[in-house]
Amino acid sequence: MSAFLQYVVNGLTSGAFIALVALGYTMIYGVIRLINFAHGDVLMVGSFIGYELVVTLAARHWPVALVVLLALVGGMAFTGGLGMLIERVAYQPLLNSSRLAILISALGVSLALEQGAQLIFGAGFSAFPSVLPSAGFSFAGAHASYVQLGMFVISVLLMGGLYLFVHKTMAGTAMRALAMDKDAARLMGINVQRTILLTFMLGSVLAGASGVMQGMYYTEINFFMGFLIGLRAFTAAVLGGIGNIPGAMVAGLLIGLIGSFSDGYISSEWSDAIIFAVLIAVLVFKPTGLFGERVAERV
Amino acid sequence: MRGVSLHVDEGEIVALLGSNGAGKTTMLRSISGLQRLRSGTVSFGGADITRAAAHAIVAKGLGHVPEGRRIFAGLTVEENLNLGGYLSRRERTIVAARKQRVFDLFPRLAERRGQLGGLLSGGEQQMLAVGRALMNEPRLLALDEPSLGLSPVMVKAVGEVIRRIRASGTAILMVEQNARQALALADRAYVLETGRIVLEGPAAKLARDPRVRHAYLGGSAEEAAPSP
Repeated sequence: MSAFLQYVVNGLTSGAFIALVALGYTMIYGVIRLINFAHGDVLMVGSFIGYELVVTLAARHWPVALVVLLALVGGMAFTGGLGMLIERVAYQPLLNSSRLAILISALGVSLALEQGAQLIFGAGFSAFPSVLPSAGFSFAGAHASYVQLGMFVISVLLMGGLYLFVHKTMAGTAMRALAMDKDAARLMGINVQRTILLTFMLGSVLAGASGVMQGMYYTEINFFMGFLIGLRAFTAAVLGGIGNIPGAMVAGLLIGLIGSFSDGYISSEWSDAIIFAVLIAVLVFKPTGLFGERVAERV
Repeated sequence: MRGVSLHVDEGEIVALLGSNGAGKTTMLRSISGLQRLRSGTVSFGGADITRAAAHAIVAKGLGHVPEGRRIFAGLTVEENLNLGGYLSRRERTIVAARKQRVFDLFPRLAERRGQLGGLLSGGEQQMLAVGRALMNEPRLLALDEPSLGLSPVMVKAVGEVIRRIRASGTAILMVEQNARQALALADRAYVLETGRIVLEGPAAKLARDPRVRHAYLGGSAEEAAPSP
């Protein structure tokens, strides 16, 4: 029982990280019908920005809370800008070309980010300085650190904020309208280019937040980390029904739990295999995802 | 489409007739910027809008109720209307007043304001599509087949609404297969065949034209309008 609870705690933590990334996949798919294969690499860049900020600021003995906050905000701001730049340079000129062209462009951006990061930060692992306290609390035999709790709360707040933005503001409603019917959205006077840019910014900001937090939590990052995290988050986006925002949140947590249980009860070597088996099963048996209201188009 | 010339004056109702594939929808889509013209120009209120983006053309005062209504099925009636007023989104009192006017015009929509657009009946969806376009207070409203798929009672109601919209100062350009209804409403009309305008003139005169009666009014004035 205590082990089970422990796996739940760990699974929810990693699941929250995955959900933040899955949201980006699903939102971007919604507005331009593209799986943004560079999304995981945007997260990786966010991780490195957070890392640089933590290393620099911790060396000056700034207060830990401030260092963490600045790293988080700095990582999010940088990836937000990066996401918009990527859309403008690599996707926007191809929006009216074939699906294949834009997909290849996405793969190119992914490679460019990975190789660029390798050139700048090296091919090895960078270890985050351990600035975070390891204190925590126990309940029913499971242990949760305050850091885990804090990161979970931050993730939930970000997701809640996104949900409110998308449902309660006109800009968010315009985003949903664009995802449903592009021409009709244009006839409402919605500037489609700008709405797409906004979507990339929001998705990338969430990926950046996830990247910084994952760097701090798992303490080791490298230029290739975005690939696997991206695939896990992509699985969550598909599981939640691609294009479905609440679906991505729930499915992200679910994928985190599945990974944590297979880490604990089977072996961490099997976790990715199990998660991707889930991906294949969903694609074969329920391509519209768990909540399956929206029909996924083939890319 | 080639060699087509068409104009709508302030406060006019103009009908665009023609069979399937004549180019009526293409024409409207080119005017509102959803589609690019290969050659030729479109001007609106004296300004050239040939190369303007669709959202910029809407901002100039063109409303377009597209073929198939294209309401946002996953959004509520009220959200659909709010999007119609998207360009005035910072002026909440204006949007609220316009919404009230749409509800006055279509009381049915007020009853269903919280319902998803996709759950409305065909007639209600048509009301929503028109109401949504009115939320921007267009100077010209382009309607693509407003009575397609509606019951005879609804078709009559749509005609009444079109008259009321014109009375409030909005010019109307309507594409119709239901030529009888269109000619009864319109001041002037154009007949489009395979991308060319073959006839134009006052609606009353066209309604008596033997070619129009033969091709679009089913030959005899007594018969119901055909929908090929």
